[in-house]
Amino acid sequence: MIHAAELPVWAAVIVAVLLLLGAGLALIGSFGLLRLRSFYERVHAPTLGTTLGIGCVLVASMLFFSLLQRRLVLHEILIAVLMVMTTPVTLMLLARAALYRDRVERNGSVPPPPGVRWEGGEER
Amino acid sequence: MRRVLPYPLIALALLLSWLVLAGSASLGTILLGGMVTLGGSWALASLAPPRARLRRLAVLPGLLRDVLVEVVRSNNAVARIILDPAGQGRRQSGFVQIPLDMRSPQGLAALACILTATPGTVWVEYDSSEGIMLLHVLDLVDASEWVRIVKEKWERRLMEIFE
Repeated sequence: MIHAAELPVWAAVIVAVLLLLGAGLALIGSFGLLRLRSFYERVHAPTLGTTLGIGCVLVASMLFFSLLQRRLVLHEILIAVLMVMTTPVTLMLLARAALYRDRVERNGSVPPPPGVRWEGGEER
Repeated sequence: MRRVLPYPLIALALLLSWLVLAGSASLGTILLGGMVTLGGSWALASLAPPRARLRRLAVLPGLLRDVLVEVVRSNNAVARIILDPAGQGRRQSGFVQIPLDMRSPQGLAALACILTATPGTVWVEYDSSEGIMLLHVLDLVDASEWVRIVKEKWERRLMEIFE
């Protein structure tokens, strides 16, 4: 067990860069919620934070605590696995709720319900 | 054996995650983890999920590598789209219908995870009677190109694993 101040410089630099990269991606994702135009576009933005963003933070955390405690700290891998497996559920629920609303209200050019052939098209 | 441990692979994964979470492999942790694993396996068995057959796991490392590369590449692409100072005028987003041949529920779940983990694409819905999946793409240039990417890059290898 060593203290954070005694962390070797090379490790401190890698950890700091990874943390900033991860936080930056999460910030860009949140910024995307403001900038993107339609609901279906905004659904894409937070995935920056939940994929590479969280990945960078978790690798930084594994490196930092493994060096600090002088043993392999791996439980961050579980966070990554659970993240990858649960994010699609939330995104799918949100997107399908929006799609259902748009189909009922006949908003814009969303594709028709399953069973009806549809030859592609673009929003707006 | 089947009665005590209905899903040996899932039980092993549960036990492993318990050990990783506890950060130790002492006898006490293994015993407690074993009890949790047994309880979890029986709870899962009472739900009776469709059984998965894993074939050809040899393609798995290559698939995971491609997923990682694609996650980094598409994170970069979507970040550029969001930060693009020229505004959002030129880019088109839209839906693509992709006919899938894969019917294995585990394979479809894995495909949904891959497509959602790569920013810029979101799995929206799936019609199980016709096997048509609806994908939303943030930067849509050519719909047929996306059908080709999903089918050849991901679906083919997932079918080798799960079907």
